[in-house]
Amino acid sequence: MGAKLSHLPPESRVSLVDLGFMDARFKLTEVAAFLDRVQRHGQDDDFRVERLKGALALLQSGQSGRARAVLEHFSDPTTEPIERAPIQGALGAWPGPPAARQG
Amino acid sequence: MLRYIEPHAHMVSRTTDDYEKLALAGCAAVCEPAFWAGFDRSSAQGFYDYFRQITEYEPRRAARFGIRHYCWLCINPKEAEDPGLARDVIALIPEFLQRNNVLGIGEIGLNKNSRNELRILEEHIQLAVEHDQLILVHTPHLEDKMKGTRLILDALKNHSSIDPGRVIIDHVEEHTIRMVMDEGFWAGMTLYPESKCSPHRAIDMLEVHGCERIWMNSACDWGVSDPLAVPRTMLEMRRRGYDDGWIRKVTLENPARFMGQSPRFKLDGLD
Repeated sequence: MGAKLSHLPPESRVSLVDLGFMDARFKLTEVAAFLDRVQRHGQDDDFRVERLKGALALLQSGQSGRARAVLEHFSDPTTEPIERAPIQGALGAWPGPPAARQG
Repeated sequence: MLRYIEPHAHMVSRTTDDYEKLALAGCAAVCEPAFWAGFDRSSAQGFYDYFRQITEYEPRRAARFGIRHYCWLCINPKEAEDPGLARDVIALIPEFLQRNNVLGIGEIGLNKNSRNELRILEEHIQLAVEHDQLILVHTPHLEDKMKGTRLILDALKNHSSIDPGRVIIDHVEEHTIRMVMDEGFWAGMTLYPESKCSPHRAIDMLEVHGCERIWMNSACDWGVSDPLAVPRTMLEMRRRGYDDGWIRKVTLENPARFMGQSPRFKLDGLD
């Protein structure tokens, strides 16, 4: 059973599985194919790929809150501002502290 | 057809065709926070012209399609790493605050969570307080969002004159929405094709966290984005069993309630 929700629309009898299963199946297959692709080309040691693999394990949880857990998994967990912005964009996954990146 | 408000769109980057599409989809008002143009501007004069564009030209372009246009003013966090330039731009803002379509200060916030970005954020907050303005906050992208949202909340809470009910913190996702709402701030969900939030995830967040003090927007800009993301999400809400009352609350009444705290925000036909 999912978590108790207090904000569901009244009298909802819609099958969310009918609505969302094919889309979820498609996206999961895309992830699988991406992992095959980067492995085939020897690029699966990239920190972003490692983070992605780690996030997949979180999907096995029986608890709700998987989306939050995945987003937190990719996030910078530090709390202090950095001295200067090295780039303007974002990479999608925290690469770790600077010392770890050099190592 | 239900009317709705697009509370966050960068129309300077969109074609006039997009205004027509918005009108056909039921958009009654579009609100344009000041943002990054995709490249760094070289002087404050560039921002002066930009502020003229979103306070003079865009309202006329929107009016051709019966859409009201409102805007927010600031120097965005991506260009805040240069405090000298940022302060020159901030000094321009008071001159524009009395214009008819200006709702407040935004979208201020953080990008890479640097010390300079944080200083300029604090100076924008002070500007908003001094001029009694609403605030619209941008939260960082992807891996920087969680940390940046925490730093932003701390900066806002550290200012004794900030009323959370007059601040919306935008681009929330599942890992940041609770911390924003628990502190009494408004939350914005951005419907973006490759990052931020999808229609289904936005509806999920409404189910889990409720429909109070929350809106959804497209944040359409010069990148891959969809100006019709809000009406597409309205359609998904219908498919998931929401009736028109729920949809209207989130897409029309809530943004009107927040922005209606500015005396400049007016929308005909709101009951």
